Amino acid sequence: MPEGCRDRWNPSAARRHQAPDEALGEPMMDIAEKLAKQQKEISIAEFFEKNKQILGFDSQTKSLITAVKEGVDNSLDACEEARILPDILVEITETEKGEFKIVIEDNGPGIVKRQIANVFGRLLYGSRFHAIRQSRGQQGIGISAVVMYSQLTTGKPAFIISKIKGEEVAHFVKLVLDIKRNRPDIIEEDFRMWDGKAHGTRLEVYVKGRYVTGKQSILEYLRATAIVNPHVQITFKDPMGGVITLPRVTEELPKETVESKPHPEGIELGQLMSMAKASEHRKLTAFLVNEFSRVSPRVAKEICEAAMVPENRSPRRMSLEEGAAVLKGIGAVKIMAPKSDCLTPIGETLIRKGLRNVLEGLKPGYYAPPVTREPTVYSGHPFLVEVGIVYGGQLPKDQQVDILRFGNRVPLLYQQGADVITKAIAEVDWRRYGLEQRGGKGIPFGPGIVLVHVASTQLPFTSEAKEAIANLDPVREEVERALRLCARNLKTHLGKKARRSKTKEKFDIVQILLPEIARKAASIVGKPVPALGKTVTGIMNVIWVEDKVEFSKGRHKVAINIHNFMATGQKFNIHTILPGKALDRKHITPEPDSVNGDKLTWNLKRIASTEVQTITFELVGLDQDEFSEAEVFVSGINHANVIGAEPLPGDWDLDGTGQYSLFSFTEAPEEEEVEEPEEEDENGVDYDEQTEVISDEE
Amino acid sequence: MKNEDRHHRAVDELYKIADNIYNQIDKGQIPKMSIPLRSKKNIQFAPRKGVWKYGNLHGVRSAKKMTGAYMLLRTMYMLEFIKDMVKDQKSSTLREMYYISEGWGNAKFGSQDESNNLAEDLEIVTTCMREDFKLRPEEDGARVIGNLTLMETNRKGERKKINLRDDVGDSGYGIPFNVEKDKIELLNTDAKFIIAIETGGMFDRLVENGFDEKHNAVILHLKGQPARSTRRFMKRLNEEMNLPLVVFTDGDPWSFRIFSSIAYGAIKTAHISEYLATPSAMFCGITSSDIVDYDLPTDKLNDKDVKALHAELSDPRFHDRFWKSEIELMLELGKKAEQQALAKYGLDFVTDKYLPEKLTELGVLK
Repeated sequence: MPEGCRDRWNPSAARRHQAPDEALGEPMMDIAEKLAKQQKEISIAEFFEKNKQILGFDSQTKSLITAVKEGVDNSLDACEEARILPDILVEITETEKGEFKIVIEDNGPGIVKRQIANVFGRLLYGSRFHAIRQSRGQQGIGISAVVMYSQLTTGKPAFIISKIKGEEVAHFVKLVLDIKRNRPDIIEEDFRMWDGKAHGTRLEVYVKGRYVTGKQSILEYLRATAIVNPHVQITFKDPMGGVITLPRVTEELPKETVESKPHPEGIELGQLMSMAKASEHRKLTAFLVNEFSRVSPRVAKEICEAAMVPENRSPRRMSLEEGAAVLKGIGAVKIMAPKSDCLTPIGETLIRKGLRNVLEGLKPGYYAPPVTREPTVYSGHPFLVEVGIVYGGQLPKDQQVDILRFGNRVPLLYQQGADVITKAIAEVDWRRYGLEQRGGKGIPFGPGIVLVHVASTQLPFTSEAKEAIANLDPVREEVERALRLCARNLKTHLGKKARRSKTKEKFDIVQILLPEIARKAASIVGKPVPALGKTVTGIMNVIWVEDKVEFSKGRHKVAINIHNFMATGQKFNIHTILPGKALDRKHITPEPDSVNGDKLTWNLKRIASTEVQTITFELVGLDQDEFSEAEVFVSGINHANVIGAEPLPGDWDLDGTGQYSLFSFTEAPEEEEVEEPEEEDENGVDYDEQTEVISDEE
Repeated sequence: MKNEDRHHRAVDELYKIADNIYNQIDKGQIPKMSIPLRSKKNIQFAPRKGVWKYGNLHGVRSAKKMTGAYMLLRTMYMLEFIKDMVKDQKSSTLREMYYISEGWGNAKFGSQDESNNLAEDLEIVTTCMREDFKLRPEEDGARVIGNLTLMETNRKGERKKINLRDDVGDSGYGIPFNVEKDKIELLNTDAKFIIAIETGGMFDRLVENGFDEKHNAVILHLKGQPARSTRRFMKRLNEEMNLPLVVFTDGDPWSFRIFSSIAYGAIKTAHISEYLATPSAMFCGITSSDIVDYDLPTDKLNDKDVKALHAELSDPRFHDRFWKSEIELMLELGKKAEQQALAKYGLDFVTDKYLPEKLTELGVLK
């Protein structure tokens, strides 16, 4: 045993360590007694007072944002729990230099009188700590920390007014936090009229801080909040007197989350033991079935068998060894993934809408269909990952892609480098998906925005300030998977674009240059201009598929033009897959040969060399950005000869893949770069590509 | 062959190119044109002529690719332009042709290099000279001074006898773009050798120091990489008057290439090497060894210099012991030197000491 360790078990040595200086003068026992008098419980409030940075109050700028963030999170949770469309007011005024009054008002259900003081004036007092479901707040620290920070920096009490639906008057409370006891200290309390407000809560606090604009600002946070909470309306009054309204984009509230029990996968031994000790069930199987999700009696039996622990073992008497065996058993048995009803994903449509809002008028080149993964588990907590990417167009190039991080629908502005999302992005080799990335690691470069949302019943934040999600392997791996799926769509799009632009060159050759060459040659030799047809198909030698999508009056009008630039007539099939039930059956020409759910197939008649065939159809009831380019597939022809359409995926006919976009995620084929078959030039060297290696000119 | 005939043969050859393209399109093929590859990969030594010529590697310009299609279109335009010039008995400078291409729409050249290159391509394919196409370079006025008499037919058709020492000013005799026999007849000289100099400053130094008279030399200013007519002129002096040719340049990788294009033939014009190159030319300096032996002031080699030296190591024209050791030594030193660096030892050092020493070493001076 090393020296220092032994000392801990030796009381006299320990004392020597505690008070090395006094040890010379005073008798040692006296010091121990003295110390014992000083040793006492520290209140949680005192602890946080000394460690404000843990709660996100580490700088003046950040403190102001954190205060707003905690208030807004609280309001949103309250509204959503009460199934109310949130209407939030945030108002910041500079009361004196460096001191700001923050007002946060919502239209939530209100708080009953006896609880107001506890909710705002007591740390770790909350309704969500013990519930396994997705919510923004978890610990019951945030809002009372704001009150505490306010009184620490300005000495001014917090003012809260709340009104419950149906009640005539509102309650108001003026309070400070008794930091030693971690209890609210009410200064004034009364009834008050709150005209024009049916229900809701308003908090006013005074804090020292600094107001900034731009990146990592209150407006930025509110805007990001609006992106992933399109059902929220936010009005923001800034200290300069400006009023910004972030309007509600949808009337639809997020799906209500259901409380769930812990999922057995990834649960820790200690957690299992404490649950077992507290259990009222008498048999191990009953304990497993009733206190965990996704454990059926059959699964419980299997776990016991795998663990070699009797099914009727009393959980309270279960030994540590048996607990460990049960844990192993859980790992050995196949258990269904957690139910998704305790989580609320943002969903594809809203991710797309949100991204459009954040672009503020810039036109991107491409919205990759967003990915929402099925829930999975880390340490017994269900979580799911969503990813959306926009790329190209007017987005700024020559810089790292923008990363928008969200945890349980809350924007994460700080600690980007420490976040699992950033780590996962850096882990993906984006070069494979057509983006620039030095050495295949790190944040990729290019005109893009990557949005990642992680939702969980218990997000593993790196600190109480909830600024970054911890880098846990299962979470990071899941984020990486989601990123790759989304990026694959992007790559398909970029590949299609690159191949098209290559073919576009050929168009220019055959349409502009070749006719001129022929005309000139004919004029020099004094003969008639020759016919070009065969030469044209020789140069192009492709089937060229282009889709045009026009949107007007709520209808997407889609035309797919198929040009045969091959030397001979071609007969093949065209397939497309459309978003759910949007197809207008009355407007399709020609009539498709088969319709299977949202999948359409045309068995085309032979298209003669240099001829064009057009397919048109219309979609109704979609938002404009829900459909920007048609997914076109071909079969019955070597797809290397086709530009602008992908080969038909292998499981096209199978059921369950007929979902728009889900289909393309799982099936975007691992793209082999389909180089057009280039015939070897004479001697294998292309003159045009040769550059003089040695120039004799200086 | 008389001038008129040469022009008509050129037109016939150009017609063949157009006819070939026409027939390919008429047959439904993708039109293309094959041209020897003009790179250092594709030059080989022709022992009988003692110069470097293009080898058998060919490149293809095909209308299948954007660049190839553009080149074919430009070729058609240039053919038509040359045909019209011959018909109208006009001629143009290469620079004029480049500007004329402004009116060619899609066939317009991006730079004069492109149009010059295409003119050279046509020389190669037709085995004609660009003069046959009625295309000529701008005067580049390379200068000569020395006791040599020639007969030049001037623009009025008068034959003028010119002594290149006594009948010219301090700047010397300007070499015209046409130095063929119909234009210039070489009469007589008492010179023992020609010394071709890269920079104007050194040319003037030798003239001021009377190097030509003292050593019976013809002094010639190369003006950097010499023009075709300058190289042709040197070759005629070398062959017809039996004057050894000595090349005196800076000591850097680019100057090595000046020497190699004079002595072995330039890569760009390897199709007419036997007409332009002087295989017996000797390199006098500045060599890498001179930098060491004469302890010359130097500049550091930059990245481009180093790259150029490495490229020269894989240039077949430099594949002999002398050049290999010079190039490797320069890389090792990491330094280059200008001709004027010799002034470190005074203005007369080059004419009194350096050149006499080096020329004696080469056997030019006894």
